[in-house]
Amino acid sequence: MKQKFDIIQSTCVPLPLENVDTDQIIPARFLKATTRDERFFGENLFRDWRYDAEGNPRPDFVLNNPTYSGQILVAGKNFGSGSSREHAAWAIAGYGFRVVISSFFADIHKNNELNNFVLPVVVSEEFLSELFVSIQTNPKTEVKVDVPNQTVTNLSTGHSEHFDINGYKKYCLMNALDDIDFLLENQSKIEAFESRR
Amino acid sequence: MNTLFDKIWDAHVVQNVEDGPTQLYIDRLYAHEVTSPQAFEGLRQRGIQCFRPERIVCMPDHNTPTHDQDKPIEDAVGRNQVETLAQNAAEFGLTHYGMMNQRNGIIHVVGPERGLSLPGMTIVCGDSHTSTHGAMGAVAFGIGTSEVEMVMASQCILQQKPQSMRINVEGTLGVGVTAKDLALYLMSRITTSGATGYFIEYAGSAIRQLSMEGRLTLCNLSIEMGARGGFIAPDEVTFEYLKGREFAPKGEEWDKAVAYWRTLFSGEDAVFDKELTFSAEEVEPMVTYGTNPGMGMGITQQIPSLETVDIAGHTSYLKSLEYMGFKPGQQLLGTHVDYVFLGACTNGRIEDFRAFAQLVKGRRKADHVTAWLVPGSWLVLSQIKEEGLDKVLEASGFELRQPGCSACLAMNDDKIPAGKLSVSTSNRNFEGRQGPGARTVLASPLVAAAAAVTGVITDPRTLLVG
Ligand code: SF4
Repeated sequence: MKQKFDIIQSTCVPLPLENVDTDQIIPARFLKATTRDERFFGENLFRDWRYDAEGNPRPDFVLNNPTYSGQILVAGKNFGSGSSREHAAWAIAGYGFRVVISSFFADIHKNNELNNFVLPVVVSEEFLSELFVSIQTNPKTEVKVDVPNQTVTNLSTGHSEHFDINGYKKYCLMNALDDIDFLLENQSKIEAFESRR
Repeated sequence: MNTLFDKIWDAHVVQNVEDGPTQLYIDRLYAHEVTSPQAFEGLRQRGIQCFRPERIVCMPDHNTPTHDQDKPIEDAVGRNQVETLAQNAAEFGLTHYGMMNQRNGIIHVVGPERGLSLPGMTIVCGDSHTSTHGAMGAVAFGIGTSEVEMVMASQCILQQKPQSMRINVEGTLGVGVTAKDLALYLMSRITTSGATGYFIEYAGSAIRQLSMEGRLTLCNLSIEMGARGGFIAPDEVTFEYLKGREFAPKGEEWDKAVAYWRTLFSGEDAVFDKELTFSAEEVEPMVTYGTNPGMGMGITQQIPSLETVDIAGHTSYLKSLEYMGFKPGQQLLGTHVDYVFLGACTNGRIEDFRAFAQLVKGRRKADHVTAWLVPGSWLVLSQIKEEGLDKVLEASGFELRQPGCSACLAMNDDKIPAGKLSVSTSNRNFEGRQGPGARTVLASPLVAAAAAVTGVITDPRTLLVG
């Protein structure tokens, strides 16, 4: 949902797997909805890793482990590959995550997160592995994501990194504006383009 | 600079947003039932119409069953999604090819074969395999639902310009080696994230020799390397394919269009951010052994041992093999196969059915194999019948189903049961992609055919005569 971004400080949920694809984030059978009910998608986030075929929680999966909680998901390299389904971003948002940290995101999914006011933060491999270690040693490890200054800090070690985001998107996130608001204001430019081609 | 990508991109720039993305004009939006309802809902909430309804084409494909399409869909939720698309299309005044309409099929099969996807266009759809249409010489890419709404509202999209990559494939593919094998080979070399952030142009003599169907297969799989999209400069093969297609330009318009399309190529001096070259002779028939499409190998090879895998990836690698029930170092030739799926937007075209039929002709389907043969569209199905391939397949114990995405993603009735091994011509072998617990081996139509008649993973070259 449209929420203004500023500084987010939170504990993290670690998912130290690479190539987590959107079919795992939200399996295809949950794509039949015709509404954007984020709560529904959030309840089914990582469905098949989270629950067995009978619907019982799998105790070994991190979302079922009360030790870990928070608004930040920390995932291995190449997060969100595969299908373009925005339902994956809705599920992440619906579960309550506002930030996903990884060393690498798949393109379409990254845009989908941004369009749903979930911030994908790209960090270096070193920062990511250190963060996994910090969380493992101390599950209460907090991370501070400072959107205005574009920095991410592992508060256990104090290590900080700059992250990229273009000025336009940053403005949108900090003011809770979406792309469609912007495009609708630009209708005359579109018409001018159509008539000159 | 001066790449084909630049030419098409630049011709569609409405404006470059300061310190932000480009506002790009979109020539064609395709919409299917799964990723569009929330976009239409968004338009309603904003109280707006589609800005250029004539540029939008809708059709259901993911939920459509592959039998009895003249009857209502049994699954109420799937039916609701399909009906919602029809209602939305009617409400917003959009072209809609519903179930049983002879123009229906998988969007990525229908668009090119009806001449809706043309060289030089910008094409988007709420579907990652929109990259398929790049085979026509178009800039085509998958988008999310918010972006679908964006295009409906303004016929534009805000996008960061991707970097450019050229993949040259030189030489000639061997007998029994198809475009699918080439794509799986490239993925195994580039990995599923190796092309992230890039838009790929495929070039080189091996690419030029590919048929249009082969090019569509190759471009389809660009997304599995992480690329934003992949495309091929249009040439005589493209023009020959498009001529006379239903929505392709006609008469004088055609001549004008072709004259323009002939200008669509990367200049001699074009500079790419990354350039890779491969040799077609290196490519074998391929199979995947893991749970992402980059985990592929030549069919005669062995699954890589753990030592060859980057240490950071060990957990994922072992998890993947465990899911598949395979071991590092294992060979897959001779592995028992339960299901064979021919179809999907990757290999659901006429040429794929010709290849499959050619191999099974005069042989019988193995008794224990369940085979689903699903044409990508009604047009493909009618071509199959015109060419008498249905008779060949029938004589070998195979049945054709009605068009749709089918077993590619387990949203309709065609699901592979848990634990079963499926040799599939689709594009994704993710955990549970073909049904919870299903184990998928991605392969070409020829490898699928060889598996279907022998009941085990078999090198198709050993069955091809001459
Ligand atoms: S065939 Fe498969 S990959 Fe292609 S559009 Fe349908 S579900 Fe997607």
